[in-house]
Amino acid sequence: MGQLAYFSSASGNTDRFIHRLGHQATRIPRNKTEDLPSVLGPFVLITPTFADGEGHGAVPKQVIRFLNDARNRSFLKGVIATGNRNFGSYFAIAGDVISKKCSVPVLYRFELSGTDTDLQRVDQGMTRFWKQYS
Amino acid sequence: MTIHQPLSDMKRAVPRAVNWNRLQDDKDLEIWNRLTVNFWLPEKVPLSNDIQSWATLHPDEQQLTIRVFTGLTLLDTIQNTVGAPTLMPDALTPHEEAVLTNIAFMEAVHARSYSSVFSTLCQTADVDEAFRWSEENEHLQAKSRLILDEYGAAGSPLRKKVASVFLESFLFYSGFYLPMHWSSRAKLTNTADLIRLIIRDEAVHGYYIGYKFQRMQETLSEAERQEIKDFAFSLMFDLYEIEGKYTESLYDGVGLTEDVKHFLHYNANKALMNLGYEALFPDSVCQVNPAIMAALSPNADENHDFFSGSGSSYVIGKAVATEDEDWDF
Repeated sequence: MGQLAYFSSASGNTDRFIHRLGHQATRIPRNKTEDLPSVLGPFVLITPTFADGEGHGAVPKQVIRFLNDARNRSFLKGVIATGNRNFGSYFAIAGDVISKKCSVPVLYRFELSGTDTDLQRVDQGMTRFWKQYS
Repeated sequence: MTIHQPLSDMKRAVPRAVNWNRLQDDKDLEIWNRLTVNFWLPEKVPLSNDIQSWATLHPDEQQLTIRVFTGLTLLDTIQNTVGAPTLMPDALTPHEEAVLTNIAFMEAVHARSYSSVFSTLCQTADVDEAFRWSEENEHLQAKSRLILDEYGAAGSPLRKKVASVFLESFLFYSGFYLPMHWSSRAKLTNTADLIRLIIRDEAVHGYYIGYKFQRMQETLSEAERQEIKDFAFSLMFDLYEIEGKYTESLYDGVGLTEDVKHFLHYNANKALMNLGYEALFPDSVCQVNPAIMAALSPNADENHDFFSGSGSSYVIGKAVATEDEDWDF
């Protein structure tokens, strides 16, 4: 089964989701001065969306830096994006940007730290998703 | 000098100029940038295009709409004149104070926007009646007083933030429901565009104040954290009880009460998440009408995703802003 990598800003929403999910996950650090992790195999990325009212700046800078590493990028198989529906059509748009840049599917979108339904869908969805690679 | 010392105490010692090139908290600049880029005024929305649509509403529906917008105006007025300013003395950084001034001003813009809707679509006498109604409506007054009590002199910095997040992320939604409902019926669509700008702003406000709440809480003991959490859930219960009655009094006549309540539960959970807490209402009572969700975030569900069903999970033909100087591939 593949891995998870995730970024969570200081608001901690994605952190709380990962904690409740209970899957092992690689954390992309907040701090620019910390070394970025290298993934060693296929993984799915979970990232929040920081877009402004026109959809710009959606992908957190640290996630971009992480994906700029060609080796990390080569193992990326899908993206799960979080956000807030209050941002209208730009809800979770970071997933769409990464999908387009890296040619991987958007697997799921959820709001803030996720509901129980979101946890279940991601848990079951990941199991199904990795079956196609086993 | 620690940054956790309230800024107001520091200021008494030495008046300090805010230096945006020396940040203690990156979130301050991130949110400042987000809010300033998102700045808008009601004049940018062509509200007069809704005049014909307004005329198709039944008089009862018109009255409901004016009342709902007057209730929203009251909350924005409170947040503009009391809510955001009362958070300033508790700011952990000088940049936080600056962000709060932006929040305060945008709440004034929101409050002013409803008057733009009124002057464009409504009769003065009907609007005056709604403002009188807002001063006499027991539920609207009760929720305002509960919030204002927390903002008052007795309010602790953390309790003020809880009340502020509940106002920004929960109390508005009994009102926001209605323009989303009209929009889903292709009515008052320009007004709905204006409300969406407000909804977007409130999301950033609730997120930021909730984030500062979490930062401030870090220095507390486990027992103190539990105490403030108990307070937060208790205030949510009290506000929810009032919101339930307010919702019934407004929406029973048009048969929308149950639908609105799902929307309230959904937003109450999001307000709690902004504070770093778990959801209160189970998903079974947060099943918001899909037409309302679609009105809230148009196009968001056109791109299906892999886990939740059919359709392409790849982005096809949708314009997304992929340009960013930091990508190097």
